[in-house]
Amino acid sequence: MRYAMAIDTKKCVGCSDCVVACQTENDVPIGHCRDWVVEVMDGTYPELEMELRSERCNHCENSPCVRCCPTGASHYSDGGIVLVTKNECIGCSACITSCPYDARYVHPDGYVDKCTFCLHRVKKGMQPACVAVCPTKCMYFGDLDDPRSEVSEVLKKRKYKTLIPEAGTKPQLYFLI
Amino acid sequence: MKSRRQFLKISSLSAAGLVFGGGLLETFADNLLKSNQSYFKGPYDFTRTPTYCEVCFWKCAGWVHKDENGRIKKIIGNDDDPNCNGRFCPRGTGGVGMYFDEDRLKTPLIRTDERGKQSFREATWDEAFDYIAAKMNKIKEEHGPECTALFTHGSGGKYFGNLLKGFGSNNIAAPSYAQCRGPREVAFIATFGQGINSPENTDIRDTKCLVLIGSHLGENMHNGQVQEMSDAIDKGTTIITVDPRFSTVASKSKYWLPIKPSTDMALLLSWMNVIISEGLYDKEYIEKYAFGFEELKAHVQSFTPEWAYGITTIKPQQIRDTAREMAHAAPAVIVHPGRHVTWYGDDTQRLRAVAILNALLGSWGRRGGFYNPAKASVPHFHLPDFPTPNKDWRAAMGGKYKLADLALASGVCEATIPSPEMSCSIKGWIVNGTNLINTLPDQKKTIAAIQALDLLVVVDTMPMEITGYADVVLPECTYLERYDSLRISQGRVPSIALRMPAVDPLYNTKPAFWMARELAKKLDLLQYFPFETIEEEIDWELKQVGSSLEEMQRIGVKLMDREVDDLYFGEDEDVEFYTNTGKIELYSTALEGEGFDPMPVFTQHPEPSEGFYRLIYGRAPMHTFSRTANNPNLTDLMDENTVWVNPKVAKEWGLKNDQYVYLENQDGVISDFKIKVRVTERIRWDSVYMVHGFGHADKRLTRAFGKGVSDTQMITNVMLDPIMGGTGMRGNFVTFRFDNKKTEV
Ligand code: SF4
Ligand code: SF4
Ligand code: SF4
Repeated sequence: MRYAMAIDTKKCVGCSDCVVACQTENDVPIGHCRDWVVEVMDGTYPELEMELRSERCNHCENSPCVRCCPTGASHYSDGGIVLVTKNECIGCSACITSCPYDARYVHPDGYVDKCTFCLHRVKKGMQPACVAVCPTKCMYFGDLDDPRSEVSEVLKKRKYKTLIPEAGTKPQLYFLI
Repeated sequence: MKSRRQFLKISSLSAAGLVFGGGLLETFADNLLKSNQSYFKGPYDFTRTPTYCEVCFWKCAGWVHKDENGRIKKIIGNDDDPNCNGRFCPRGTGGVGMYFDEDRLKTPLIRTDERGKQSFREATWDEAFDYIAAKMNKIKEEHGPECTALFTHGSGGKYFGNLLKGFGSNNIAAPSYAQCRGPREVAFIATFGQGINSPENTDIRDTKCLVLIGSHLGENMHNGQVQEMSDAIDKGTTIITVDPRFSTVASKSKYWLPIKPSTDMALLLSWMNVIISEGLYDKEYIEKYAFGFEELKAHVQSFTPEWAYGITTIKPQQIRDTAREMAHAAPAVIVHPGRHVTWYGDDTQRLRAVAILNALLGSWGRRGGFYNPAKASVPHFHLPDFPTPNKDWRAAMGGKYKLADLALASGVCEATIPSPEMSCSIKGWIVNGTNLINTLPDQKKTIAAIQALDLLVVVDTMPMEITGYADVVLPECTYLERYDSLRISQGRVPSIALRMPAVDPLYNTKPAFWMARELAKKLDLLQYFPFETIEEEIDWELKQVGSSLEEMQRIGVKLMDREVDDLYFGEDEDVEFYTNTGKIELYSTALEGEGFDPMPVFTQHPEPSEGFYRLIYGRAPMHTFSRTANNPNLTDLMDENTVWVNPKVAKEWGLKNDQYVYLENQDGVISDFKIKVRVTERIRWDSVYMVHGFGHADKRLTRAFGKGVSDTQMITNVMLDPIMGGTGMRGNFVTFRFDNKKTEV
């Protein structure tokens, strides 16, 4: 089992609904976020191009955050999902420094927090909160080892990229282009 | 000939004949109450309760979820709701913030000093109602009951409306008409005999070509439309976007036409020219359904793409290419009517051009164009007749704007300022859920009108600017804490939705139904409120259509069958349109009859003088109106607006990204607050852009106060639409200032 997410940059309108849905689902404190939206611009008026994409932890297959965590709080869970065990985390922030994607933040309660791919929902057969809410239905989630999962299907059909592949982290967040 | 329109009229009268979709009960069995006790007593036993969203007018139906402590946790869409298909927009998802906002109005307030000064004392509900009733009765005695008005945006409007009508006035206005979509309704009624209404009857799901003119779908999160646009993108639809700004949807378009602002009419006319001169129009459709084609053909003959190029700066080849692209997709093409179309005062005419273009392409009544919507029909309890007012809202318009079919908020506001020309000056306002200070253009005028009032009652959940001017402030509970009247929607499938309280109201806040009824008691108007509770009223209504409150509490949304599947015109169908000629009027006899151009003409609009830039304003997906700027969850996403400046302009002024500036408009109005500069290629050099709804001036809005600039404050030049009184608000120009002498508070 290998959980992954694909996000269609051709459909994302950058509305940040995914961010609010995550916030209410996971009690992310106001002022912090586990996912966020990026706008990339290119060109000069009127020859312009723009990409919008919703980003979050890449649940890297080769993740520096897990490797550098001194307590083992950061670990791989079901289907490769990278998690932080709250009460094992000492808030040293080593993982924050090692993550090339800036995907983690320090929770006001002193531990490090980040996207969990909503494992608690996934276990119940539901989609992550961001995927379920997205009004443009531009996010696909599923098991890459299952060739018939939504995410496998869409990656077969479409061109895609990952972020900072040169970091060698093997991210499991794919952007359809 | 069988008249389709007449048939529709008949079918909507026979409400009892409506049939419900079966099987819903079983599907939702798992959402039943924990135990099967009385639904009326304790709705809070639900772990999720149905609602429909009150953050914008789209009214998506959803579920409010609570945690194990019975505290509101999240709101998600109802899968069965055709308005949202189980997915809320960011504002709807962030609706929880409205409930948790500690800045909410908490108890009734009565003003203790002059209007506009923030001096209030807390009052009991009874005191507040006594105060209002006494003042209303005094106005009635001295000036007549028609000298009262209601401004409303939101669900409570129905009950305050009944109160006002019972009192003897029908001055009931919503800014959503004259400040937003009115010109579009009048234009489409003049052309097709039918308006667009809400949610729009655009068949985006099945369209092959979507043309957006100044309509930034996706930034204006009109949920259902955004969802359908996304589906259409999947299917490879062509999007053509006309916008001086590189909007989100421009970046998803095959063609982006970066038009010079205020010249859209020229583009529309030249598109017609190409479509007619190249014979690309739907000949059969036009022959069968349209009136005035020959006149139109002659009219647009000179509006060539070369002519339009000089005006719009759009290359002739692009005009031809896009016209052909539309014709190629026809009739599955939508030249989108837009929303908030009050731009330059000739808006009804511009929307007429949009309607005519759609007619030429044969998209009205066709798959992928505009479908025929069906509205759910739920009978309301028969109230005793309302007294006939001596003067109605039309009188307040001084005989102007005969084609407007609803009262104009700006007109009612104007009619409040005493003037020899006005037949009736209004003395009392009830304002329900609309922050008129930031909603109506020309703040100075709004304030002048307010100062002339004998009574201003404001019903709101938040201390919006308008509450600062009120004599009495009535704190409403949020939509998460109350019942409201049923949502009765139009769509491909008609639907109804229930809103019920998920929790008890916080503080000393109350729902509008209760307030209106208590006031009715004091005013001796209880006959217009036959039900003691709103639950009873809703239950009565639901039973008329074979449902019940109990059922709706479990399912939230109910779909109703269309009597006939007439989404589109049938092959060879004879259709009679509700126009004077019974045809689609390319040449408008109604407009001609009132002395206006029967076919749209191009007029040149003023341009900014040296050093000034056209103020373009719009939406961000995470905020709506000026209503959400203080919502903790949404403020977290965007807490101020920025002024978008082209790099060339920034260089000229030495402006840097993130620097704060003040704005000054052509009339010398300097913004109260400062705004952050965003240097971006996404805006033309002759314009600046900002998101509407910021720059709040009421200190009680602790998160929103002083953040960004209020575009409304900068809009002092209003170009009135002579046809229906719409307030054109795109004719204002601003320049940059580095300080404000009035120094900020
Ligand atoms: S909710 Fe969907 S459309 Fe909106 S920003 Fe997130 S991914 Fe993009
Ligand atoms: S994105 Fe960062 S936090 Fe997430 S798995 Fe990769 S390295 Fe770790
Ligand atoms: S579109 Fe968004 S704000 Fe409007 S009703 Fe729907 S969820 Fe609420």
